[in-house]
Amino acid sequence: MTETREAAADQTPWSLFWRQFRKSPIAIAGGVLLAVLYALAFLAPFIAPYTPEEMDRERYYHPPQPLHWVDATGRFHPGSFVHPTTLADPRRFRYEEDRSRVAPLRLFVRGTPYRLLGVPLDRHLYGVEAPNRIYLLGTDPFGRDVVSRLLFGARISLTVGLVGIAISFTLGLLLGGVSGYFGGWVDTVIMRSTELLLSIPGLYLLIALRGIFPADLPSQQVYLSIVVILAFIGWAGLARVIRGMVLAIRRQEYVTAAEALGMSRARIIVRHILPNTMSFVIVAATVAVPGYILGEVVLSFLGLGVQEPAASWGNMLNQARSQRVLTAFPWMLFAPGTAIFLTVLAFNFLGDGLRDALDPRKVLGGKTG
Amino acid sequence: MRTFLLRRFLQAIPLLFGISALTFLLLQLAPGDFLNTMAENPGITVESIEAMRTRFGLDRPWHVQYVLYLKNLILHLDFGESFSRHQPVFQVLREGLLNTLLLAVSAAVVTWGLAVPLGVWAAVRQYSWVDKGLSLLAFLWLSIPEVLSGLLLLFLAAKTGLFPVGGMRSLGWESMDPLGKALDLLHHLALPALVVGLIPLAARMRQMRANLLDVLRLDYVTTARAKGLDERTVVFKHAVRNAINPLITLFGFTLGALLSGSFIAEIIFSWPGLGRITLDALLTQDQYLVMGSVLMASVVLVLGNLVADILLAVADPRIAYD
Repeated sequence: MTETREAAADQTPWSLFWRQFRKSPIAIAGGVLLAVLYALAFLAPFIAPYTPEEMDRERYYHPPQPLHWVDATGRFHPGSFVHPTTLADPRRFRYEEDRSRVAPLRLFVRGTPYRLLGVPLDRHLYGVEAPNRIYLLGTDPFGRDVVSRLLFGARISLTVGLVGIAISFTLGLLLGGVSGYFGGWVDTVIMRSTELLLSIPGLYLLIALRGIFPADLPSQQVYLSIVVILAFIGWAGLARVIRGMVLAIRRQEYVTAAEALGMSRARIIVRHILPNTMSFVIVAATVAVPGYILGEVVLSFLGLGVQEPAASWGNMLNQARSQRVLTAFPWMLFAPGTAIFLTVLAFNFLGDGLRDALDPRKVLGGKTG
Repeated sequence: MRTFLLRRFLQAIPLLFGISALTFLLLQLAPGDFLNTMAENPGITVESIEAMRTRFGLDRPWHVQYVLYLKNLILHLDFGESFSRHQPVFQVLREGLLNTLLLAVSAAVVTWGLAVPLGVWAAVRQYSWVDKGLSLLAFLWLSIPEVLSGLLLLFLAAKTGLFPVGGMRSLGWESMDPLGKALDLLHHLALPALVVGLIPLAARMRQMRANLLDVLRLDYVTTARAKGLDERTVVFKHAVRNAINPLITLFGFTLGALLSGSFIAEIIFSWPGLGRITLDALLTQDQYLVMGSVLMASVVLVLGNLVADILLAVADPRIAYD
């Protein structure tokens, strides 16, 4: 009995899927990149040299500091260093490197204490000795380190997508499942609601929904309200597709068998029908996550999302909105911009690979255009 | 054909009612009594507040309010009063809507004007370096959200000085001749339209390519080739015309993306459209203006879908007879 089960396990859809998935270098690359990004977000307080709110009142709009290896006297520093800077032009925020001085880059330096998983720590991955400061990606208008803000911002921007997806896909699956299984007036009500939601242009709905929350929420509640808004908008599209799939699945014999055995309808939907839609749902979710991340980015970019001094990729972009900042301090755009681009790209890569791996036509070996 | 159009048109009506109900609900859920906020504003007279109160029945139960809201909306196109601008909402929205439509339509021209030829090019040269290069570009472009592409173009515009960095008209616009006015408008329109139009481009191009590849495998294409027609005629006269149909259906679908995309481009390039008005309205808690513009944008989307269906019925007569 156990032996046959094991032999069968070798041929489960999952093992087939995994075999297919491993063949796609793009999907692997996307997955690895995402793992790195989420790890960076999780380890933010350790990797970031400073806290996201820490202001350096002597270095507003400080440009990114390049790492050097050879100093003015020609000496080679294997661990690399930065030159301390002085403010040369306070009106244009122009800084000059002091080439006679050297601030060696140190690893695992002592800095602001923080907690990671409840453990109190005070070591940071990299840094320079006080009173020098290191700004590998520059500082913002308040003299805050862009690397630190990017890392702490990732904690908000990257998790909004996952939490939002979790809520809206649960909703979409259940409502789509109920709609397809029961039919009748339940179906009509649910489907008309999805049509309604889908016929309002996304951003306008986003803005209108934001309007029902007070403008000045504490940041925890802003996070929650963003997730709720995104989930409210997101379930409709999925529910429609799931309904279509459930309509096809419910006519299958094993569902009739489960009904004949007297299984409750809720149990049939959750245990027997919805699992059959999973391969589609996984791909759809992966492809949909960037949309949620961008939802937060756009809301914060418009000044309606995560509020200062907390950092998110959206409100970092918001600071780069003016023409003056863009031309004089372009890192304000390129730092969060690259982070957003890489994240979306990674999800698209992963989604593309998953779609290929889960596509039954692929098993035939034919190359589809 | 006529019954098809009529049926399709009637289907849109309950949807519009639903949208109005939803916007009304959101209006009710919004925090605070905005008439009180209004009363604190010394610029607004007590009389005009009272006038609003009776016109929209704000002191009466919600169902009476909704009926009044609908009545004002349908009979008088009265969306209420914009508190921050001291103007009827409809008046404020009309101009913004026209500007947004101008932007969205130009963006659609960019999207389809590039997607169809590029898709055809990639399909007839399947697996060549052109095809591979285009799909790689499409893939990368899909990962650049409009917030980024918008800021990137703004950055380039500011650095090079080739394009205006915002607004809709130059300073001396009033004194220009008609041709100058048009050119100036186009100059201002170029970047925002590019930002909005490039968003759906990658997806449409891939679709056009896939459609054409499917059609090129069909029997009638083989027949056309067997007749000895040259490849150019086979592709452009026979295949492309059929491959383009699904793209017409997608027009309605894309319109939503174009409207949302315009929203962001309007903010970044200070284009005086519906999106800007909506954002300003939200920030000044101008509830009627927010809901009016959401309603307006949805009407455009619903009508756009209607137009797409009609276009499809015109392009493919098989559909109207179903």
